[in-house]
Amino acid sequence: MEKLNILIVGVGGQGTLLSSRILGNVALKLNFDVKVSEVHGMSQRGGSVVTYVKFGKKVYSPIIEKGEADVILAFEKLEALRCIDCLGKDGKMIINEQQIDPMPVIIGKAKYPENIIETLKENNKIYSLDALKIARECGNIKAVNIVLIGVLAKLTGINKDIFVEAIREVVPAKFLEVNLKAFEEGYNYHN
Amino acid sequence: MKKLMLGNEAVARGAYEAGCTVASAYPGTPSTEITEAIAKQYDEIYSEWAPNEKVAMEVAIGASFGGARAICAMKHVGLNVAADPLFTVSYTGVNGGLVIMVADDPGMHSSQNEQDSRNYARASKVPMLEPSDSQECKEYVKKAFSISEQFDTPVIVRLSTRVAHSQSVVELNDKEDYKIKDYIKDAGKYVMMPAMARKRHVVVEKRMADLREYSDSSELNRVKMDSDDIGVITSGIAYQYVKEAMPNASVLKLGMVYPIPEKLIADFASKVKTLYVVEELEPFFEEQILKMGIKVIGKEKLPVIGELSSQIIAERLLGKAIIDASKQSVPVRPPVMCPGCPHRGMFYVLKKLKLNVSGDIGCYTLGALAPNESIDTCVCMGASIGVAHGMEKARGTEFGKKTVAILGDSTFIHSGITGLIDIVYNKGNSTVIILDNSITGMTGHQQNPTTGFTIKGEPTKQVDLELLCKAVGIDRVTVVDPFDIKEFEKVVKTETQIDEPSVIISQRPCALLKNVKYEGVQKINQDKCKRCRMCMKMGCPAIVDKGEHLEIDPALCVGCMLCTKVCGFGAIEKAGE
Ligand code: SF4
Ligand code: SF4
Repeated sequence: MEKLNILIVGVGGQGTLLSSRILGNVALKLNFDVKVSEVHGMSQRGGSVVTYVKFGKKVYSPIIEKGEADVILAFEKLEALRCIDCLGKDGKMIINEQQIDPMPVIIGKAKYPENIIETLKENNKIYSLDALKIARECGNIKAVNIVLIGVLAKLTGINKDIFVEAIREVVPAKFLEVNLKAFEEGYNYHN
Repeated sequence: MKKLMLGNEAVARGAYEAGCTVASAYPGTPSTEITEAIAKQYDEIYSEWAPNEKVAMEVAIGASFGGARAICAMKHVGLNVAADPLFTVSYTGVNGGLVIMVADDPGMHSSQNEQDSRNYARASKVPMLEPSDSQECKEYVKKAFSISEQFDTPVIVRLSTRVAHSQSVVELNDKEDYKIKDYIKDAGKYVMMPAMARKRHVVVEKRMADLREYSDSSELNRVKMDSDDIGVITSGIAYQYVKEAMPNASVLKLGMVYPIPEKLIADFASKVKTLYVVEELEPFFEEQILKMGIKVIGKEKLPVIGELSSQIIAERLLGKAIIDASKQSVPVRPPVMCPGCPHRGMFYVLKKLKLNVSGDIGCYTLGALAPNESIDTCVCMGASIGVAHGMEKARGTEFGKKTVAILGDSTFIHSGITGLIDIVYNKGNSTVIILDNSITGMTGHQQNPTTGFTIKGEPTKQVDLELLCKAVGIDRVTVVDPFDIKEFEKVVKTETQIDEPSVIISQRPCALLKNVKYEGVQKINQDKCKRCRMCMKMGCPAIVDKGEHLEIDPALCVGCMLCTKVCGFGAIEKAGE
């Protein structure tokens, strides 16, 4: 592996920022140059959130642009659809099957697209799962982000222990056990 | 040791390594984490949240006069607030090194305008540096302290969102052993009344000349020659985009963005066939270089609006086509007030009463968006009150009775209080609603003078908003819970009708605070629900329309119970386990 561009998309409040922090630490442990870029919007919750994690020998721009993502981690279906342009031609996308209606949909000014995952599967390599359910079963619905990181860990082929170590460093002690379980579940989900 | 750090955290680290001992700021995205990191990680530095950016800069100026290395931080619009002391501290110069951090927000991810702070450096005649990644953030801040002392000047360090909020690798060093300088009384230098200021202006012009020379030889400005065909002059984050889009071009990277190194630029220009200037926002370098009589290509090809990217550069300068996947229309996802947000009840009432609402800067600005659609104006921090007063003076008392100003507790202290004094003094009748959610919400939960805690979480005196309003001459001050919708409506109706100014303190803590405990997730009893959709008018993102029926998303609901208060059929109840 010479470089890895990971795009993380989701809805404010879903824990995307923590994921990028973990991935940044993984890169550092692998002795890569790395940039992680996050943009906070107007509120703490509810808006689209986009985070970029780029590893490589030397990383200049912190941003992943159209066609540049090797992996996209989508915390929500609609956000997956929104960023599909960024996926590179051999890129893989991991999607949490959760649906969170944006306000224009809630108030009836827009429609939530149907069959998003099926549509995306037509032309892309998609790994989808109900991460919310898995997180709930592990004991904390907030662990969705770690479930997804588990899936990503398997796909990248990077040594699993490096991920576990990075999670240990970033996640507070009292949530660690649940999160390590969530990671394990995600890791073993797609064979 | 190597560490992954946000640009902002690296700035904090730079201040620490430089032996800085005083930091003051008002939170503002994307600059907030600078001072937060200082407060959290470096006990050697005294840190504080100031009521606004002007005060923050004045505190840093005082610390510098007192002989310490001092730093203050703000976002671009914050520098407007602090512009007054900036222009004069340029004249006085410093004693201990003084660094002013300013974070611009190209693309307006979280701002009301898109200004280019480099113009302030030129206008106030203060040198400005601009780093392009976290490592440089740390180095440039240290450099800024030494330039500040060497040239007796404050130094501005400019960040942009992509530098402030990107993490990259930083090599840590030890702290410098900086000894606080002696305090020397020197009225000619520090008291800026006309006779002294006239002399200081001469000093400033001489300093500019010295700085120009310095800029030409400083290692902050680096040339890397590659191709003789294409040369690019750039700075900050734009440098990273250039390196990505044009790996073979020769580059002059400006680390000192004001004053620019004229000799170096002329020399660089003479070595390449085509010269581009790639800069985000304004043609700041371009205009100065054109004035030198050098031909450059810049804004004729590149946008003056929004962020740059390597693809924009590749497309506009190299003519490479951007991959354009056919885009289906995907519904936008604008930010919304959080489930359980204390402001939601208030907006519900304001909309119901069809009031004109003069708004302000904070999470509650989102009340302008659907479904609340309750805010008519929003200009800058603290403007809500003055704008409401102006509207009343322009359109008369009856219009005034249909108008309220709303602003947050922190915003009120920042610059709302002076507006309120204006209303009292000039016999206005406006009703002002202060949204007291016990925290500075929008920037991510900072303490402020109304919360009773310092930046370090230490208990301190708390501004009593009620007493404060009374002290400036407001006789009618009412405290009310915005989730008590009936009572809230009654109070708003009464206060807007009264022939004197009044303040309503809408008091309920932010739903994201740790100490806020709600009842637990609610659900809609489908047997009792009449599908009248009253609950949806609240605009809580947890309540979703499934077509046939309505549902509460248990992953989003925080159990604030607001929706239960508008349901006329008692259909919303606690969800069982
Ligand atoms: S207000 Fe009550 S009855 Fe009306 S739609 Fe909402 S839950 Fe159903
Ligand atoms: S669904 Fe009701 S109880 Fe739950 S957060 Fe929204 S308004 Fe509050």
